[in-house]
Amino acid sequence: MPINYYIFLSLALFCIGIVGVLTRRNAIIIFMCIELMLNAVNLLLVAFSKMHHNAALLAGDATTTAGTDGQLFVFFIMVVAAAEVSVGLAIIVMMYRNIHSVDVNFLNRLKH
Amino acid sequence: MQNVLQIVYLIPLLPLIGFLINGLGRKHLSKSMISAVGCGSILISFALSIWVFLQVKGGNVHNAHYFDFISVGKLKIPFEFKIDQLSSLFLLIITGVGFLIHLYSTSYMKEEKNEHFGRYFSYLNLFIFSMLLLVMGGNFVVMFIGWEGVGLCSYLLIGFWFKKHEYNKAASKAFIMNRIGDLAFLIAIFWLITKLSTVSFDEVFTAANLAKLSTLDITVITMLLFVGATGKSAQIPLYTWLPDAMAGPTPVSALIHAATMVTAGIYMIARSNILYSLAPFPMDIIAYIGLATALLAATIALKQNDIKKVLAYSTVSQLGFMFLALGCGAYTAAVFHVMTHAFFKALLFLGSGSVIHAMGGEQDIRNMGGLSKKLKITFITFLIGCIAIAGIPPFSGFFSKDAILLSAFIKNPVLYGVALFAALLTAFYMFRLLFITFSGKFRGTHEQEHHLHESPPAMTIPLIVLAILAIIGGFVGIPEVFMTGGDKLGQFYLQLLLNTEHTVSPATEYMLMGLSTGLVIAMIIFAWFKFRNYQRSEATGFGKVLENKWYVDELYDAAIVKPIKKAGTFFSQVFDKKVIDGMVNGVGRLLQYGSRQLRLVQSGQVGNYILLMVISMVLIFVIQFFLRK
Repeated sequence: MPINYYIFLSLALFCIGIVGVLTRRNAIIIFMCIELMLNAVNLLLVAFSKMHHNAALLAGDATTTAGTDGQLFVFFIMVVAAAEVSVGLAIIVMMYRNIHSVDVNFLNRLKH
Repeated sequence: MQNVLQIVYLIPLLPLIGFLINGLGRKHLSKSMISAVGCGSILISFALSIWVFLQVKGGNVHNAHYFDFISVGKLKIPFEFKIDQLSSLFLLIITGVGFLIHLYSTSYMKEEKNEHFGRYFSYLNLFIFSMLLLVMGGNFVVMFIGWEGVGLCSYLLIGFWFKKHEYNKAASKAFIMNRIGDLAFLIAIFWLITKLSTVSFDEVFTAANLAKLSTLDITVITMLLFVGATGKSAQIPLYTWLPDAMAGPTPVSALIHAATMVTAGIYMIARSNILYSLAPFPMDIIAYIGLATALLAATIALKQNDIKKVLAYSTVSQLGFMFLALGCGAYTAAVFHVMTHAFFKALLFLGSGSVIHAMGGEQDIRNMGGLSKKLKITFITFLIGCIAIAGIPPFSGFFSKDAILLSAFIKNPVLYGVALFAALLTAFYMFRLLFITFSGKFRGTHEQEHHLHESPPAMTIPLIVLAILAIIGGFVGIPEVFMTGGDKLGQFYLQLLLNTEHTVSPATEYMLMGLSTGLVIAMIIFAWFKFRNYQRSEATGFGKVLENKWYVDELYDAAIVKPIKKAGTFFSQVFDKKVIDGMVNGVGRLLQYGSRQLRLVQSGQVGNYILLMVISMVLIFVIQFFLRK
């Protein structure tokens, strides 16, 4: 499949994520949208990694590992994202306990 | 003895020391001590000046270099003195007449309080110091120091009785008028520095002779110097300060506003005669301005009733004659007239001081009359002064004025005609003054009549000495037609001053002299019949215009002072409050408004922050990819 499809897909996912973050007030949905953006980037990384690897294989070297480090990055990102999700959800839980809502607009005391 | 030229610096230094002693010790020294210090320092300077004069007489020029006054990069302005025939003659006039006036002042000012007496003498000494610096300076900058110094002393002495408001105003007027001229002088100096990077007389004149200055440069420099001279020497248009300067004590009027300071402009132009001889256009201007001043001031003097005002306008008029001579290229005649004028005008002023003293402060000649019986010495000396200024042979004024008229005749007979007319007016108003004051009946109060007395010897001795000088002072410049080799002054200045050559037949010269003398005598007789029994009367018609000095003061007031004051009011009341304050307050208000609006951005809404973040990032990307090259 041409690389363009992957790029457009990931761009679409990223934009959906941004729009979600900007428009929604529910903290959980915003959180999900952030995950969406993160995964859009992951998808792009994998897609480019695959592209470069294929290019190296076509150049004639059957045992090359060129371009595969992008996929390794993705694994690390997923691990970090998992950790981040746990922290983020914990914050949301604490928030709900305090104000009995997950609406971010209630958290407007940053200006003080 | 050669080495007197090595100690010329003592001549100005002694008055400076006198100034310091009298100025600092004015509260502690007795009046006799102050007088001794004040007169003594000038007397020693005078003795030294005579010595210097005798040394220099044979053409022995002395340049003394003391230290570098200004040293910036390549420009070096030394503090130097130049003693030659021109400055040595001025040294004699300044210290000689100055000493007599100091002597006179010891008596004239003795009713002042001790401390003011000391202040007066310290100012006089400072004045002599500045004036000596002016004439001894070896370059334009040292001359300018003295030039400013005499302006300052003039200001201080006009406003000597500082409790009277009008006197302070007269002092300010003199100072401001002088400043206008000084500015032009300063610009001329800067111009010289730019073009030649030197201000020393010798170097400047050598450069001018070698055609290192373009004609335009010379014209501009000489014109600027002349504007400077009009300020100091009271010529049109800057003359109005001099009559007002009569607010000062009378000896000051004699010393500063008749004999010495006002001749500084003549000295400066005579000193720069090499520059002027290369600049025909400014020469014409000088001649016309001088003639116009001589005539205008003489007409004003016809109708003045203040004894000192008449003399003041007469001074302005005589200075006009000197400038006429300068403009005709007769530098020697101008310097000659400076000298004789110093004698007879100092004499007349001191005589008027004696009259004022006798009248108990009265200056209006309409309240005088018949004083010749009570004030014999004053009358006789005053008469001598009047004859001298009117120009009757063989008194000094005749020779110098004749030399000027002759030079005017050679330049242009029309100039001669107008100058002769002004000279006749001079004779008329001086004898009007004399007759109204000294003949007829006394018109003052009984108290004043009872109080009338001849002045003490300290005042009459200077009068007598000056009267003798006013008689014989002209004999140094007897015209060649009378006596071969009689024009000693002309020979004295033969090499120093580049006079325009005179060629006129002896017959013409005799005729001119006879004409002027005859007309002057006719004028005097006319004045005698008109004023010997003067009755008080109000001036009408044209006389009133003259009495009000052609309304020149009012004209200046309306044309210059009032608009400037109005502009000042406008700027302080409107421009400052609306525009300047508006700008300052506007910046403040703009910042306040801007920050109030900007504050709203910090809403505390997470969504807004993120939106801003996204927008900013997009902007950064746009800039990064599309706008940066």
